[in-house]
Amino acid sequence: MDAIYTVMEALLPFDWAQATFMKNAFLAILLVTPLFGVLGTMVVSNRMAFFSDSLGHGAFTGIALGVLLGVVSPLASLLVFSIIFALFITWIKNKSGASADTVIGVFSATAIALGLMLMSRGGSFNKYSTYLIGDILAITPGDLAGLLAVFLFVLLAWGLLYNRLLVLSVNASFARSRGIPALLYESAFAALLAVVVAISIQWVGILIINALLVLPAAAARNVATSVKSYHLASVLIALVSGIVGLILAYYADLAAGATIVAVAACFFFITLALRGRR
Amino acid sequence: MFKNILHHKASSSGDCARLCCTKLEDFSVHVGSLHIFDHVNLHVHCGQLTALIGPNGAGKSTLLKAILGEVPHTGSLHYVDAKGAHTGHPVIGYVPQYLRFDVSAPLSVMDIFLACLTKKPVWLTSGRKYRPRIERNLARVHAEHLIDRRLGALSGGELQRVLLALALDPMPDLLLLDEPVSGVDRAGLELFYEICAELREKEDMAIILISHDLAMVARHADQVALMNKGIIMTGTPEEVFADPRTKELFGMLAGGDIKKGGET
Repeated sequence: MDAIYTVMEALLPFDWAQATFMKNAFLAILLVTPLFGVLGTMVVSNRMAFFSDSLGHGAFTGIALGVLLGVVSPLASLLVFSIIFALFITWIKNKSGASADTVIGVFSATAIALGLMLMSRGGSFNKYSTYLIGDILAITPGDLAGLLAVFLFVLLAWGLLYNRLLVLSVNASFARSRGIPALLYESAFAALLAVVVAISIQWVGILIINALLVLPAAAARNVATSVKSYHLASVLIALVSGIVGLILAYYADLAAGATIVAVAACFFFITLALRGRR
Repeated sequence: MFKNILHHKASSSGDCARLCCTKLEDFSVHVGSLHIFDHVNLHVHCGQLTALIGPNGAGKSTLLKAILGEVPHTGSLHYVDAKGAHTGHPVIGYVPQYLRFDVSAPLSVMDIFLACLTKKPVWLTSGRKYRPRIERNLARVHAEHLIDRRLGALSGGELQRVLLALALDPMPDLLLLDEPVSGVDRAGLELFYEICAELREKEDMAIILISHDLAMVARHADQVALMNKGIIMTGTPEEVFADPRTKELFGMLAGGDIKKGGET
């Protein structure tokens, strides 16, 4: 870790990059925002913004359950619960005739109500409030190692799943004719999203995590014309928003997560204005 | 039931076992208590274009999805290749009726081909190696100039041809085409049918086509199956269009259209 800090001090001789917590936050952003950028491309293409939003709510219950069950770190129960929650919604959505947003709405509301009930037990709600807003400055080197593992895992999975997910997003019957099992790939993608949301929720916050997933890809799609430029633009916008947001938050003394989202929103409106020219 | 078999014999030439053919036996699809269609028996021979016609809600698109295996069904599908060997399930190509995808999606024709043909993720590969193959595939449907266009920017007819090209790699034994009700202009439709006719001869492929254009069916189909919650009759276009049941299902509209087709 010290070696990395030394390199960072040489590369970033700025005021904001002096404190260790800022260095950690910076590294976390380098690891997390590309994942949001990459997964967001499929969320936006498949109109899954509401689904990814509900994952945040599911995570809420996951945290509460973790505390209730007395697991040492709420992260373990959070991860498991989020994955089950995502798979369950995907499964019900496929089985039932109800429209997707109704199914997601029902689960999302149930999860948040359950989470609030559990957290408010004995009037101890306040200690969970960091999960609502998130605190990227509280990240530790141990957390960073975990993030690196997730980063590598998600990129690998994305490489393996992407082509078939793309065919599936164009037409399910066509995908079927090419031997792609729709439910399996949909579930794998849902689980992947759940993992990314679950591990980053304590730093980004439940209220704005979905914005990070949707905004970079939505902005990128205003200017991209192919899969490659879409990915590249989405990752770049997510990264730049993350870094600029962190620095702005440091100097103006704001919540980092919210500032990052605000910068990403600016990118969206700028690309929207450029859109007519592509 | 009995009628179906009788009429079927009118158009199929001889025993299925000696020709390359696909046989649907007693296909039924029920969703809950709703019967989408019942007892469908259909023989489709290689080198033949079978047109599936019928009113809206007749179960035509669902029949194709049942053949694909996407919709649960009862009944069985047998495929016999040219040597008379039962080879299990045929390679099926499918051209969907509608694409639900967002027309503003940043997805090029090249991208969707790469996603189908390669294992490397599209966002990582340059795909240069595959470009000649994709151009050949597109040339087959007279669409090689569309390779770098965005999928959402194609016209209805262009999109249909690109999807057809996709369904032809790998070359299928059985090609299922679900023709869109609207959005393809006259010239585009003509070109599409010409390509299908060409394929049927060159590749000796069995084609099942859901069609809404009876004039085109009259001109290009070898066999016509009239469907309304089951196969009502099959036969040559002349036989089916002369039948009072066709006139009944299609009303006045059919009379005019068929005449036009019959003249050519």
